[in-house]
Amino acid sequence: MSKTNHSAARSRKRRQLADRLMSGLTMVCVAISVIPLVSILGYLIYKGAGAINWDFLTKLPAPVGASGGGMANSIVGTGIVVGLAVLIGVPIGVLAGVYLAEYGRQSRLGRSVRFFADVMQGIPSIVVGIVAYTLVVLPMQRFSAIAGAVALAMILIPFVCRTTEEALAATPHDLREAGLALGQPQWRVTLGIVMRAARNALVTGIMLAAARISGETAPLLFTALNNRFWHSGIDQPISTLTVQVYTYAIAPFDDWNAQAWSGALVLIAIIFVLNVVARTAARSKYVERS
Amino acid sequence: MTSHAATEKSRSRPAPPSPQDIRRKHVGDALFRGITALAAASVLALAAIYVVQMALNSWEAVRHFGWSFVVGTTWDPVFEEFGALPVIWGTVISSLLALLIAVPISLGVSIYLTEIAGRRIRRIIEFLIEILASIPSVVYGLWGIFVLVPLVRSIQPHLTSWFGFLPLFQGPPFGYGMLTAGIILAIMILPIMTSLTREALHAVPNHQREASLALASTRWEMIRHAVLPYNKSGIIAAIVLGLGRALGETMAVTMVIGNQPTISTSLFMPAQTIASLIANEFAEASSSLYLSVLIELGLLLFGITLLLNVGARLLVNRISHAGGRRR
Repeated sequence: MSKTNHSAARSRKRRQLADRLMSGLTMVCVAISVIPLVSILGYLIYKGAGAINWDFLTKLPAPVGASGGGMANSIVGTGIVVGLAVLIGVPIGVLAGVYLAEYGRQSRLGRSVRFFADVMQGIPSIVVGIVAYTLVVLPMQRFSAIAGAVALAMILIPFVCRTTEEALAATPHDLREAGLALGQPQWRVTLGIVMRAARNALVTGIMLAAARISGETAPLLFTALNNRFWHSGIDQPISTLTVQVYTYAIAPFDDWNAQAWSGALVLIAIIFVLNVVARTAARSKYVERS
Repeated sequence: MTSHAATEKSRSRPAPPSPQDIRRKHVGDALFRGITALAAASVLALAAIYVVQMALNSWEAVRHFGWSFVVGTTWDPVFEEFGALPVIWGTVISSLLALLIAVPISLGVSIYLTEIAGRRIRRIIEFLIEILASIPSVVYGLWGIFVLVPLVRSIQPHLTSWFGFLPLFQGPPFGYGMLTAGIILAIMILPIMTSLTREALHAVPNHQREASLALASTRWEMIRHAVLPYNKSGIIAAIVLGLGRALGETMAVTMVIGNQPTISTSLFMPAQTIASLIANEFAEASSSLYLSVLIELGLLLFGITLLLNVGARLLVNRISHAGGRRR
């Protein structure tokens, strides 16, 4: 009797030890996954903040060999390319999302669009760059800002389509019924009532999409290319922050490397601001309720 | 007099809609519906454009090389000799290496988040992982060049002196190479895999956990026997999507892998992936055949990632959310 008790107690101890051990291991996993984040952010600030000054934000890159200079053209260029991509992509993405939420919840078109929008978000961005190259650069015979914008818009459309659908689906159904009961046609209910109620969530989706494409490099390498000067029109090559950081990071010059860190810090700052604004906008009462 | 009052009254009431009004509403509805359907269809068209454009533009290379393209081992643009095996090797090995590192860690983090952590700690960790997900690839690459590469270079001699009898751990200490690429890919796919695995575990109904605990399981036994097996397909989908990301990841890999299209058994030798080869050579492709070959590589990458994504989505769609843990 006491013997069985003894072995039961021992097995119990062993099981509890295994429990502790595995719980501890999951915490180790958490620690391991947080280390790179701390290291990246730490180095960005440590190495990037030093070289950021007024010149960096307002001047063109210095000629090879000369020190100083900045990335002003790249910062503006990222704004232009991302802005154009938003102009092209947001109307299509939002309208497609409206279709999914209001008309095509169960239709065959709706289901296949939803599926492909999800699948397309997993397509490598370098592939998007190739397709934009064949669509825009080959016919125009030159690299251009608009080609870069088309590439980014192709990434943005499926993303905004899904966030819009989710935003509209989260609004209460009573709103639609109330609008329809007042004799409003459905399209005015959608535009004037449902989309207005979901306004904040819509903005959140668009801002997150803009943040996402601001950090893209691969699709711009052979569409927007790069430019050491101010851009001279959207049909010309343009410099972007990401491509410039890449160029400076792999260059064999110390002061270019230092500027790459500063450029990366500015890039991260832009993306964080977009994310914070997006999340602030997300606190819509209708989203909370659903 | 009374008739006058009656007309007065009927005027203040809204008139019943005339047939014209109704038709106008229908026209507006049909128009708006049509426009949104067109936008939705253009998402499908976009998917078709990918396939058509890449197939058309890679046709020259497909006709010129046929299947020998996939098994050729020499990559020499100057003599127009294009063998894709080294970059296919580099892509597959670097991604598998990334999975090897990232799968156990993301599983551990997900288990911690769903089964162990309290509400506040969970929020904080989820927030940190979201930040990790929002860092652009080029910034990972920058960090890779100046932090990870020197780190790998400095620990490599120790690894070689301990495990040097394996070909895996032989080779010169460059720092740039397969192992560095695998580590950086692992960091980059960790957020998406963690969030998908976490969702999969959330979808496990609480009665699974309760039943297991009622049988006097410890918490770990509950996780091991009642939670993890319940939603295997969700966890597999997370791994497959992570693999898809790793295969197509471009900038960070390009910056740390060393960019040499060679096949080597050593983890420390420079290598090359499909995506990084395209990133390096596309803008400088001088002949139409060269360009066509690079687009064919893109098509290959597109095909593989498309298959993985379709498969994973089908798995994810099977997850039922009935009775899962609520946040």
